Amino acid sequence: MELTDPDLDALLSAIYSRYGYDFRGYSRAHIKRRVLQRLRLSELDNLALLQCKVLSDTRFAACLLRDLSINVTEMFRDPGFYRAVREKVIPLLRTWSYVKIWHAGCSTGEEVYSMAILLQEEGLYDRVRIYATDFNQVVLEQAKAGIYPAERMKSYAWNYQRSGAKAAFADYYHAQYDSAIMDLSLKKNIVWANHNLVTDSDFAETHMVVCRNVLIYFNADLQNKVYGLFNGSLVKGGVLCLGRKESLRFSNYRDRYSDMDKDQKIYRKNYRYG
Amino acid sequence: MDSTQKFELVVIGTSAGGLQALKRLLAELPGDLSFPILIVQHISPRSDGNWVSILNAQCALEIKEADEKEAIVPGKVYLAPANYHLLVEEDRSCTLTLDESVNYARPSIDVLFETAAQSCGAGLIGIVMTGANSDGARGLQSIKNNGGLTIVQDPETAESSTMPLAAIRLAEPDYVLPIDEIRELLISLHWVQRTRGSK
Repeated sequence: MELTDPDLDALLSAIYSRYGYDFRGYSRAHIKRRVLQRLRLSELDNLALLQCKVLSDTRFAACLLRDLSINVTEMFRDPGFYRAVREKVIPLLRTWSYVKIWHAGCSTGEEVYSMAILLQEEGLYDRVRIYATDFNQVVLEQAKAGIYPAERMKSYAWNYQRSGAKAAFADYYHAQYDSAIMDLSLKKNIVWANHNLVTDSDFAETHMVVCRNVLIYFNADLQNKVYGLFNGSLVKGGVLCLGRKESLRFSNYRDRYSDMDKDQKIYRKNYRYG
Repeated sequence: MDSTQKFELVVIGTSAGGLQALKRLLAELPGDLSFPILIVQHISPRSDGNWVSILNAQCALEIKEADEKEAIVPGKVYLAPANYHLLVEEDRSCTLTLDESVNYARPSIDVLFETAAQSCGAGLIGIVMTGANSDGARGLQSIKNNGGLTIVQDPETAESSTMPLAAIRLAEPDYVLPIDEIRELLISLHWVQRTRGSK
């Protein structure tokens, strides 16, 4: 089936005006693939019917919303990133008496808990507050609960061991039946909040922004807008962490940052600009 | 195939036995090929990009891992990085995503093929080669439905015939050929296009 751009534009505009979620600046190829997939699964004949259903049936809308947003994550994803944070970022964070971290697009929270573990091991967690945000309330509730399938812990432990670990991964959760419940001590300085990168404003006086593997789904215009949001949030000398395949290189903000770790896409906001 | 059809992109999917097959297909293609090539080779999520540089050293074409938002240009070969899906945008640029695995694979051949079919329509050539699962069959079918040219490696000549067989069954491809003949077909399409372009 062919999906024309005007039809897709109409669908995305309708979703935005009805529900307030704006996918118009997302990668078109990604959105098209997901909409086609939903169309196939729902056995609707065309996009117009799908649009009607999205507008009238909130459960179906929630389903499509989940298709379009990105909720694939894991603990200590890219262990090399966490190693670089330990070696290069932690010494810098130690120079501040209070550290505010914004984890944007935190999804179900695995990478937030990873950062909390790391900060605890480095003896910094008590002076840190992590603001973990996502625009999807369903995943945010899961993140807050901090309960994950026990079967995933083996591969998380594999990642953890390669991240410069200082303990055993099993120290950080309690196994109960088929679930692993994250330790309470990890949660105490995390604030979970609903925030939409596309439509909401910035966070003031942040020392570190972590936003990994979210921006790859955005087109160049929207990426620049969100980089602007991060830039407005970060203090001078603050740290920006992106995903392995993301880069400031092609953005409007490349001159305002220096590399802290080129491979792991860790940047530092310059004290002087221009 | 319509003789006036202008091809602008080739997509290739391989799995088990794919590295040898790719080497055989790509090594003798001219360095100034008129169309870019995008490839999904199933590979361990923890693989480094080493195999890419090995392949690059053996070919006249420039072979690299696709970068996020990278513009797709003729004469280059772009490989999906380990653990990312590779998608083709309408403006002929690459998108990488971390969506869940498709057919147990990330990168998935179906994801590349389906998005390329949506973006390039009849200007697309899709090739499925050796592999031990059925990823790529549905994608090849959508290339065909969107008017593109479809080619499958002759299962008799494939190290693992499952993937070619699945693609043949579902997509009824335009050509079923051994690798050397797929290469010859690409080279002749390149020359047809080159000659037509210079008129």
